[in-house]
Amino acid sequence: MKKEMKLEFDALPENEGFARVTVAAFLTSLNPTLEEVEDVKTAVSEAVTNCIIHGYGFGYEPVMDQDKEPEGEEKPVPKVYITCAIENDTVSIEIKDKGIGIENIKQAMEPLFTTKPELERSGMGFAFMEAFMDKLFVESNPGKGTTVRMEKKCGHSFRKADEE
Amino acid sequence: MSSFLLQKKSKRGGKKVEERVLEEKFQIVDNYLVVKVPEELDHHQAAYVRQYADKYLLDESIEHIVFDFEHTKFMDSSGIGMIVGRYKKVSSFGGKILIANAGERIRKILFLSGLSDMIEWID
Repeated sequence: MKKEMKLEFDALPENEGFARVTVAAFLTSLNPTLEEVEDVKTAVSEAVTNCIIHGYGFGYEPVMDQDKEPEGEEKPVPKVYITCAIENDTVSIEIKDKGIGIENIKQAMEPLFTTKPELERSGMGFAFMEAFMDKLFVESNPGKGTTVRMEKKCGHSFRKADEE
Repeated sequence: MSSFLLQKKSKRGGKKVEERVLEEKFQIVDNYLVVKVPEELDHHQAAYVRQYADKYLLDESIEHIVFDFEHTKFMDSSGIGMIVGRYKKVSSFGGKILIANAGERIRKILFLSGLSDMIEWID
């Protein structure tokens, strides 16, 4: 039986933790190992962070001035969209933004490549997603947004079947 | 006082070490800045660590940075970027980056990103 979950939230750095924990909680019905949960959490964190800093270009407000009220009119905060599905022993996660998109996906996926060295991005985001998940697909329309789709087989039942 | 540094110092011949507590999670022990890494080192938290670490690097006479991962359960590539950034700063003056109490998960991520050549481990 297929199970689904949808999540839509403000593209703000403080929501990254909430997003990965929610996906991890959804995963529990697969009875995953601790390592699998951590793998998924890391991959989700990478993808969501990409939406926020690259898709929507939220650099960073200096942490020390966090308490200051923002001046001027408040702009609506764009959203990050996550859709998760569990089918048999596989979880698929789709993470989408409606931001600037990626011109050259191949280049973006190269380890250590980053367009934001001034923010100390390591350029390891896609490499981590690839390393921690079984499958990774990236689709992007410049000016319209980016969708990252990932899949991973999880859970004890899958390993047991493998051993037999 | 972070016990691993105390051990390191006592091996060098127990001179009294100077110790100062700054912002929560930051400590200066001699010429080491000790950072207690937050529980989850993501983009949000990495920005916080980066900002204060750089402030102390600028204001105080610090040569090396110790990242203490004792309480850290989660790290992503933002943490890697933050460590590499600090490495660039201290290494240009001969300083080192030391990693303390890193669990299996944190080690895996550090190795995967090829950071293991830049850092020293304290256990």
